[in-house]
Amino acid sequence: MITQTRTPPHTPVDPVRNEARPRVAGGLFDPGQLLRSVPDAVRKLDPRVMAKSPVMFVVEVGSVLTTVLAVTDPGDWFGWVIAAWLWLTVLFANLAEAVAEGRGKAQADTLRQAKTDTVARRRTAAGEERVPGTDLRVGDLVVCEAGDVIPGDGDVVEGVASVDESAITGESAPVIRESGGDRSAVTGGTKVLSDRVVVRITAKPGETFIDRMIALVEGAARQKTPNEIALNILLASLTVVFLLAVVTLQPFAVYAGAEQSLVVLAALLVCLIPTTIGALLSAIGIAGMDRLVQRNVLAMSGRAVEAAGDVSTLLLDKTGTITLGNRQAHEFLPVPGTGEAELADAAQLSSLADETPEGRSIVVLAKSRYGLREREPGALAHADWVPFTAQTRMSGVDADGRQVRKGAAGAVAAWVRERGGEVPDAVRDTADTVAESGGTPLLVAVADDRGARVLGVVHLKDVVKEGMRERFAELRRMGIRTVMITGDNAKTAKAIAAEAGVDDFLAEATPEDKMALIKREQAGGKLVAMTGDGTNDAPALAQADVGVAMNTGTSAAKEAGNMVDLDSNPTKLIEIVEIGKQLLITRGALTTFSIANDVAKYFAIIPAMFAAAYPSLDRLNIMQLSSPESAILSAVVFNALVIVALVPLALRGVRYRPVSADRMLRRNIGVYGLGGLVAPFVGIKLIDLVVSLIPGIG
Amino acid sequence: MSPILADVLQVSALVAALALVHRPLGDYMARVYAGKKHSRVERWIYRAVGADPDAGMRWPAYLRAVLAFSLAGVLFLYLLQRLQDRLPLSLGFAAISPDQAFNTAASFVANTNWQSYSGESAMGQLAQTGGLAVQNFVSAAVGMAVAVALIRGFARARTGELGNFWADLVRGTLRILLPMAAVAAVLLIACGAIQNFSGTQSVTTVTGQTQHLTGGAVASQEAIKDLGTNGGGYYNANSAHPFENPSGISNLLEIFLLLVIPFAMPRTFGRMVGSVRQGYAVVAAMAGIWLAGVVAVTWLEAAHPGTAAQLAGGAMEGKEQRFGEGASSLFAVSTTMTSTGSVNSFHDSFSGLSGGVLLFGMMIGEIAPGGVGSGLYGMLVMAVVAVFIAGLMVGRTPEYLGKKIGPREMKLAACYILVTPALVLTGTALAMGTGNGESSMTNTGPHGFSEVLYAYTSASNNNGSAFAGFAANTGFHNTALGLCMLLGRFLPMVFVLALAGSLAGQRPVPASAGTLRTDKPLFTGVLVACIAIVAGLTFFPSLALGPLAEGLAA
Repeated sequence: MITQTRTPPHTPVDPVRNEARPRVAGGLFDPGQLLRSVPDAVRKLDPRVMAKSPVMFVVEVGSVLTTVLAVTDPGDWFGWVIAAWLWLTVLFANLAEAVAEGRGKAQADTLRQAKTDTVARRRTAAGEERVPGTDLRVGDLVVCEAGDVIPGDGDVVEGVASVDESAITGESAPVIRESGGDRSAVTGGTKVLSDRVVVRITAKPGETFIDRMIALVEGAARQKTPNEIALNILLASLTVVFLLAVVTLQPFAVYAGAEQSLVVLAALLVCLIPTTIGALLSAIGIAGMDRLVQRNVLAMSGRAVEAAGDVSTLLLDKTGTITLGNRQAHEFLPVPGTGEAELADAAQLSSLADETPEGRSIVVLAKSRYGLREREPGALAHADWVPFTAQTRMSGVDADGRQVRKGAAGAVAAWVRERGGEVPDAVRDTADTVAESGGTPLLVAVADDRGARVLGVVHLKDVVKEGMRERFAELRRMGIRTVMITGDNAKTAKAIAAEAGVDDFLAEATPEDKMALIKREQAGGKLVAMTGDGTNDAPALAQADVGVAMNTGTSAAKEAGNMVDLDSNPTKLIEIVEIGKQLLITRGALTTFSIANDVAKYFAIIPAMFAAAYPSLDRLNIMQLSSPESAILSAVVFNALVIVALVPLALRGVRYRPVSADRMLRRNIGVYGLGGLVAPFVGIKLIDLVVSLIPGIG
Repeated sequence: MSPILADVLQVSALVAALALVHRPLGDYMARVYAGKKHSRVERWIYRAVGADPDAGMRWPAYLRAVLAFSLAGVLFLYLLQRLQDRLPLSLGFAAISPDQAFNTAASFVANTNWQSYSGESAMGQLAQTGGLAVQNFVSAAVGMAVAVALIRGFARARTGELGNFWADLVRGTLRILLPMAAVAAVLLIACGAIQNFSGTQSVTTVTGQTQHLTGGAVASQEAIKDLGTNGGGYYNANSAHPFENPSGISNLLEIFLLLVIPFAMPRTFGRMVGSVRQGYAVVAAMAGIWLAGVVAVTWLEAAHPGTAAQLAGGAMEGKEQRFGEGASSLFAVSTTMTSTGSVNSFHDSFSGLSGGVLLFGMMIGEIAPGGVGSGLYGMLVMAVVAVFIAGLMVGRTPEYLGKKIGPREMKLAACYILVTPALVLTGTALAMGTGNGESSMTNTGPHGFSEVLYAYTSASNNNGSAFAGFAANTGFHNTALGLCMLLGRFLPMVFVLALAGSLAGQRPVPASAGTLRTDKPLFTGVLVACIAIVAGLTFFPSLALGPLAEGLAA
């Protein structure tokens, strides 16, 4: 492997299991949260806060106006009721946002506990000094021993330690952090469990990973994304249109002899402007980030989440993402004249001193297929164990005048020849066949009194994770191309690519190749997502439109990416794309719903306003609402209640299934377009039935 | 033949003719605007105005050229009318008053052709043929040029250049409008329309009264009046006048002329963006709305419940006996939905609800199929809005023809769709609020209000037709409607060209299975729904107080 991707120490082995443990309970909407968020919602009534959402700001202005009118004419109960419901409309909108933020706040509190004031042991020329963690500067060297909380983000420059990162990842199993390489990054707030390390601080106080996490989950750092801005512009322009329609209506009404009160005009305006989406827009955005956090992914910006929905090319590392982390022994292929059991026995014997996963898988296969019990290295007398090393690329044992070796084809062949043995063509052919099928051939050889000879080939196979083929087919239906990145040669890569069902592969990939591939895709207008963890992945992570850094990765990688996966599970990239899409769909669906709602409101309010002047307009009162007051009030009440009713949908996101754009559009237009057209007719009528029971209205 | 069968045959023949011409004309126009060669006459014109036809213009330059050319047109027309009494071929008419001269100049340059004057009793032949008819050509060519600039915005990648305005203007005039108008004029003459330079002739009618008949280059002006979706008639009675529109055949020909270029522009669009299916989706939306309007008005007119109407077989008041109710309805819907504004019947006399349909045809922004050029760009802006909402629902940030609809694109599209509703509503409200509306009405009640609403809707959307009872020749209305026409024409152009510039600079996103397909019937449906809902919601209250209050009372 040339790329630095490896299996992180605590990557879940079960491929189907991709839901992370949530650090806090969440995901489903908790009605109690509504009540708890009321104070926040009230605080958001501040006009300076409201001005950020033009639609709701207009509603607030309308509320103030109707309240003033009610105060000047206290006997008009209708004015009071309308004013009250307009205020409720604003409050419900704020509540939606507060609830969305509230869920993040709970997570932020958990994180803050990890960020309690730490004391750092800073190394100085003279030795060590104890300083508060907040006084640390970039480049400082701090010493952390077992039991210490690491005072800030940094890289281990000396030593190795096991670290408990549960404060950030929720994962209780400790991880190993060591100087050099890709496992050197440590995060402030995590705890050293054993040993001692020296850490070079890489982040300023207040800008550490945990600080950014808190800001992100709280929504403090939330900036409007380009699509949100564009949608806001559309909503603002609709608001202006309706404002014009309502303001200019008065001279027309005067001519018709039906001058309208300001209360009614304000009610009409609020019903027409897209309050539903205006109220829920920011909650949808926050909830989208939140859904990522629930899956232990931190997006550094909302823009990244949006980009995830647009991704058209996914670069997936073979190892750990598409295949299980390690190759496994698949079968024993003996040379003619050697029994399969004999080969299995020799392979097992020679692998006992091989602690690599590949070596262990040989032992496991020998046991499961041939019933060979595992022999402890001590079980053989006078045995001289030869452990596997990267230099020799072999392992084995010398015992009873018999030398058994297993290892890379080239290394074992050389070993046999050194001892005067021959490597028959049949072995080479078998090895080639294995390689062509995407596997890795290992040779097993023995040297005894009969001379050195090859016994056979062990077929090591990359095992494609369960369910990946189906996943890739889904992605294809969504219009996303998958590219497998691997350090393997083209032959092997091709075979695995075919088995996993990816669209393309990049073999013998260097970081430069990866970068070139991303740039090529982007030049064609495509958006690229990838995962990475090594320092040499950093430029590609920065170049990709969605770069998900593994939390186990280096700080350079984490800096470069725009998302961090705390579980370090590269398969999650697929879920991230789905969350991005779900966020955009939710926005579009509620916008459609909101606009479609207006049709029914007109049919309620216009006859109520003008049927007295032009009785013919009563024919528009197709809902048969009981009185003009009741009709207007019912529309206003529906308009307010629909916000509350849709809060759970805004937080959860609309149902998303990976199907083609056409089918998705058809379904969503059916549900939210037609539904949005019909629902208010039913809703307003029902409210009218209730309202008309109130004496003096019906 | 039953009247219904006759109506169906008439519409079918029209649709068949339009379908037949759609491909060749659309492809031809695409070739005209994409061409590299200049004819000798064109080169001579470029030298005369000092323009380099091969220089690519960025959107501000393109816009400056559009505005400068149009401003020159307004000034020229204004002076021509103001100095009419001192120029030849005036037929002895006096100079036009300043506010009416402004109104008329604005009207013809803005391709609206609202006429607050009566052609035969105010305008001499120089003003008619040398001024107004010329604008009939070039104002149409300006609209087509802007549409082509927007198409280039979609078609081009990573460039700021939208083509050359002068080349587009000259080619649109010389290679498309002039030859087509020449053929159309000959056909109209063959049908019996007049074409001469004789002065006023006085004849004694059968009842013994004297009638003054003004001659002129009527057929030629009639051809471009319809072909360029202008609508300004040589005579006040417009296409109801037998000199302009002598027979049922000429009537159908004129309707065909109204619709032929606007319905072929989507093909040009499809050709230029490299996918004719995209053009089909757009033309399907246009045709669907237009046909729905035709069916609605024809049915409403035929089913008019009044006693007199039932006896006559339809609401015949204000309609030419020669054409009957079916051909009048077809003409009325086609002229209001193409921003033409020529009339062969008085829209004022249509039943309340049909009047509402005609109004609504203009309120949707003159896009089904709309004016030459302006219909297409208006429709494409609506498509951008529809794509924005529908695109989100497929889980991607919205894109149309591979171009992202981001904040800037949305801002420009939003400004575009704001302009005409703002002009219509504030214009009508000002007129009503100041009492100027009521004093110009002929009728009272909701119908009177419809007259005012119609006038401002027509002017702001550059249609030019009127609810005939409305007395528009007052200082207030001449000025206010003139402003509505100019702003309603040129403000949208500003936003369209800026949008084109923004789109042209983008790198297109390749389509995939996850992309919203904008060349499918589903999208056409979304587009139509989007148009109907946006316009419907904007104008529902004002429609309720005019046509609906009147129509539902029947």
